[in-house]
Amino acid sequence: MFNKKYTIVKNEEVIPGHRLMCLNAPEIASRAAPGQFLHLRCGDGQDPILRRPLSIHFADRGRVYILYRIAGRGTSRLALMARGDIVDVMGPLGRGFTLPAPGERVAVVGGGIGAAPLFFLLKKIGKIYGKKKDMVRVFLGASTLAMVPGAAQIRKMGFPLDIAADDGSGDFKGTVVDMFRKEAKNLALDRVYACGPPPMIRALAGAVGPDPAVEVSVEERMGCGVGACLSCACKVRAGEGEGFGYARVCTDGPVFDLRKLVL
Amino acid sequence: MNFAVNIGGIRMKNPVTTASGTFGYGREYAGFVDLNRLGAVVIKGVTLLPRPGNPTPRIAETPAGMLNSIGLENPGVEAVIEKHLPYLARFDVPVIVNIAGDTVDDYVKLASRLDKAPGVAGLEVNISCPNVKKGGLAFGSDPDTAAGVIREVRAATRLPLIAKLSPNVTDISAVAESVAGAGADAVSLINTLLGMVIDVNTGRPALASVMGGLSGPAVRPVAVRMVWQVYRAVNIPIIGMGGITCAEDALQFIMAGASAVAVGMASFVNPRATMEVLEGIEAYMRDNNVGDIKELIGIAHERS
Ligand SMILES: Cc1cc2nc3c(=O)[nH]c(=O)nc-3n(C[C@H](O)[C@H](O)[C@H](O)COP(=O)(O)OP(=O)(O)OC[C@H]3O[C@@H](n4cnc5c(N)ncnc54)[C@H](O)[C@@H]3O)c2cc1C
Ligand SMILES: Cc1cc2nc3c(=O)[nH]c(=O)nc-3n(C[C@H](O)[C@H](O)[C@H](O)COP(=O)(O)O)c2cc1C
Ligand code: FES
Repeated sequence: MFNKKYTIVKNEEVIPGHRLMCLNAPEIASRAAPGQFLHLRCGDGQDPILRRPLSIHFADRGRVYILYRIAGRGTSRLALMARGDIVDVMGPLGRGFTLPAPGERVAVVGGGIGAAPLFFLLKKIGKIYGKKKDMVRVFLGASTLAMVPGAAQIRKMGFPLDIAADDGSGDFKGTVVDMFRKEAKNLALDRVYACGPPPMIRALAGAVGPDPAVEVSVEERMGCGVGACLSCACKVRAGEGEGFGYARVCTDGPVFDLRKLVL
Repeated sequence: MNFAVNIGGIRMKNPVTTASGTFGYGREYAGFVDLNRLGAVVIKGVTLLPRPGNPTPRIAETPAGMLNSIGLENPGVEAVIEKHLPYLARFDVPVIVNIAGDTVDDYVKLASRLDKAPGVAGLEVNISCPNVKKGGLAFGSDPDTAAGVIREVRAATRLPLIAKLSPNVTDISAVAESVAGAGADAVSLINTLLGMVIDVNTGRPALASVMGGLSGPAVRPVAVRMVWQVYRAVNIPIIGMGGITCAEDALQFIMAGASAVAVGMASFVNPRATMEVLEGIEAYMRDNNVGDIKELIGIAHERS
C-alpha cells in the first residue's frame, strides 16, 4: 500500500450527484484488485479531518478511477476538485473479491452507488471468461434507470445486464434483490458478488439460498484504514450458534463472505 | 544534538511516541514508519480478558477532531503477549503496554502478568476507565481513587509506571500530585475529552454508545494547558498528547513541560505523522542551535 499525492486527470459528473474521478496513480493501478479501496483526504485542512474510503471503480494503465456519490462534507469537497489538482491517497487497501474459476455460474448484484466496485470486478471476470460472458449475469438497481452508473459500459463489455428501477423505468419494477430472487431460481449459481446499502445486503441474505458462495462489500465508518484504530468494526459469527465477534472492515474486508456476517 | 529522554526509567532515543489506540500494535503502520526510529511504541489498551468492543458507529467526525467509543476492543493480555509483543521485540524500540481494568484487582493482575512478560519496557495505566465497583465513575476522576490504582499496581511490578490522566476533571494538578505520591514514575496526558454529536437528520446520537472521547487538533489548547499545570505540580516526567499533527504542535507540549510527546489520531490522517514530527523537531533544534532536547522542556515557564 502507498500513501502519495496523485494528480487528478479528470473529475466529471456522470449521473446527477455522482462523479467519476480519474487519478494518475501508477503504483496503485498496478497492484489494485477488485473490491479494494482508497482512503482519500478531501483537501489539506483540518476540517474535514478524516480520510474518506472509496472503492476502486477501475484501474488500468497507470490510472485509478473512483465513482462516488456526493454524500456530505468530504465528498462535496472532492467534487470541487479539478484536472491537475492533487489528492492525498492511501491505497490500495483491504481485501477484495475472490475471482471465479472459468465455468462457474456467476451473478453480480449492485444497489445504487454499490455498483462502483463491481465494474472492476466485471473487467477481471471478463478476462477470465473470454467469450463465455453469458455465464455471468449482472443485476443493478436504482430509483430510476438514469441513476444506474456504468450501465452502457457493462453492456459494451458483453455481459447480460438487468436493471431494476423503483419507478418502473428499468427491466423490472422494484428492488434489485426482488429481481435477483425471481431470476436466480433458474440460474444454478455458483457465486454471487454484491455491493449496496445495508438493507439491500440483508434482503439479499434472505434471497440467495444455500448453494452459491456469496461475497459482499461492507461499508463502515473508518479512521485509519489500516487496521489500527478499530473504528470500522463489523459483526461476524464466531464459533457455533449465536456467538459473534468484530472484524475490521478496512483490513479483514471490505469484502466478506455473506454467511459469516451477523446482519 | 541529543534527543534522548528518560521517561521514569524508560530510555527513549527521541521524544516521539504513539498514543495508545491510535497505532494498533505497531505492525499496522510498519509499512509507513520505520518503528526503530520511534522513541517508544505505546500499544492499544489491553484488558485481562478479551473484549469485543462497542457496537457501531464507533466514531464521528467533529470540527478538527473526532469522537470515538471503541470500547477497548482487544484480544486480552495473553493474546497480546503471545501475538503482538514478539513482533515488536524485533525492533530496537521500547514497548509500553497500556493497561485498563474494571476493578483495582484487574490492574494488579495485568501488571503482575506483564511484569513477567518479555519485551515490555513499561506500563501506561489508563485510569480513565469506569470503576465498575464505584458506579462507573472513572478511576482517574478523583485524586484518591487514582492514587489507589497506582499504589496497588506499584506493589505488583518493578516496571516503570506511567499514569495516564483523564482531562475530565476540575483539577488535573491534584490528580497528578496524587499519582506521583502513589509511586507513578511518569504521567501522560491527555486522554480524550468526553463529548457528543447528534445527527440532526435522524435526531439520534451519532455514536451507538451515545457519548465518546474527543481527540484531535480541537483539543490541543486544552491539552497544552493541562501539561503546563501538571509540570508546575509534579517533578516526574510528562508525556504530552492531544491533537499533535506536526513539530510545532509537539514543541508547544515540550515547552509547556512535556519530556516526550505522543502522536494520536494524526496518524490516521497522515500515517507518517510520527516521523514528520520527529524530523521537524530535529530541524527546529538545528535552526535554533539547541544542542539537547532537554533545554526546551518547560522553557515557556521561564518566559511567562
Ligand atoms: C470500503 C468502502 C468503500 C466505499 N466505496 C464507495 C464508492 O465507491 N462510492 C461512493 O460513493 N461511496 C463509497 N463508500 C461510502 C463513502 O465512504 C461515504 O459516502 C463517504 O465517506 C461520505 O463522506 P462525506 O464526507 O461526503 O459524508 P459525511 O456524512 O459528511 O461524512 C461524515 C463521516 O461519516 C463517514 N461516512 C458517511 N457515510 C459513510 C458510509 N456510507 N460508509 C463509510 N463511512 C461513511 C465519512 O467517511 C466521514 O467520516 C464506501 C465506503 C466504504 C467503507
Ligand atoms: C480510536 C482511538 C482509540 C483510543 N484508544 C485508547 C486506549 O485504548 N487507551 C488509552 O489510554 N487511550 C486511548 N485513546 C486516547 C489516545 O491515546 C489519546 O490520549 C487521545 O486520542 C489524544 O491524542 P490525539 O488528539 O493526538 O488523538 C484512543 C484514541 C482514539 C482516537
Ligand atoms: S479504520 Fe481503523 S481499524 Fe479500520
